[in-house]
Amino acid sequence: MTDKQVDWNLLTLVGADRAGIVARVTRVLYGLGCHLGEASMIRLGGNFTIMLMVSAARPNADILAALAPVAAELELRVHLDAMSGGLHQHLLPNLQVRVTGADRAGIVADVTEILAAQGFNILELESDVAGDRDRPVYIMNIQGYSDHTIESLADALAPLSERGVAVDVAPVDVLIG
Amino acid sequence: MAILDILKLPDPRLKQISEPVTVFDQTLRDFIADLEATRLAGPSAVGIAAPQVGRFWRIVIVDLSTRPKTPNHGHLVLINPEITHWDGFAMGREGCLSVPDYTGNVIRATQIRLTAQNADGVEQEYEMNGFEARAVQHELDHLDGLLFVDRVVSRRTDLYRRKVYQ
Ligand SMILES: [Zn+2]
Repeated sequence: MTDKQVDWNLLTLVGADRAGIVARVTRVLYGLGCHLGEASMIRLGGNFTIMLMVSAARPNADILAALAPVAAELELRVHLDAMSGGLHQHLLPNLQVRVTGADRAGIVADVTEILAAQGFNILELESDVAGDRDRPVYIMNIQGYSDHTIESLADALAPLSERGVAVDVAPVDVLIG
Repeated sequence: MAILDILKLPDPRLKQISEPVTVFDQTLRDFIADLEATRLAGPSAVGIAAPQVGRFWRIVIVDLSTRPKTPNHGHLVLINPEITHWDGFAMGREGCLSVPDYTGNVIRATQIRLTAQNADGVEQEYEMNGFEARAVQHELDHLDGLLFVDRVVSRRTDLYRRKVYQ
């Protein structure tokens, strides 16, 4: 499929997780003649979440109407929005930032504000809370791109270690072979 | 020297298993020169394997000599390579000349021992680690008809955390 002629929508689905959601939803989309592009599904807090590029093969109202019965049955919240952009727009990260610390409010803002000031463009971010209920540990892994050196990023992030947050900056070396 | 066409996914020939090299002659040396020219013509690949250009011989080139900070053995032509020892594992991001516009995370051994012949048929032994070991494992997979996409793991995959199903 050539991407140039395709207009894309972003379909977002959120609901209680159970087996078979992706199969049911994508069967409906296939029936409408929609192509699928990039997608990201993840369980967050026990919930099913997915963001999915869906070609605008039909008017949005038709797509939503076709999804409505499945969404009602599986108790999914649905969003469908026109999106600009398309496939083949990947950017490669050159740096990885790993953050670990006792869970506390503000940790993400603290880290990402410093990164933003360093011209760091976050391409991927995932975070989780590990440990146990009494001693939760916040873990975040960021991959992104910055023209600044690792040393300069590490220096900028160093003050966080005084506040009990371990931050590690490492190169992301993509092997092409 | 010629720049050869690179087979790209979903070309089924990429799944073919390559044959050992038995004759170390000028034809072999000419092919190696073409394979190297092809590697250098592409987007900064640190390695290339003969089956990527449709020659199903057990030959790979790995060259990390442009990365002084990465421990490496320089420009290597590895013929009939065999990994004899693996140790450790780490996740790293890979892409491939045969899989344009896609990168993914792959778990590889961090240390390997390797035997291979050079272009004159002389057997050599290597100990490699880190990025060079990863590059060699990626290229050797091509000789057995495997692509990194066959080994990609989710970027959320934690090497140590056990999965809990309920
Ligand atoms: Zn490859």
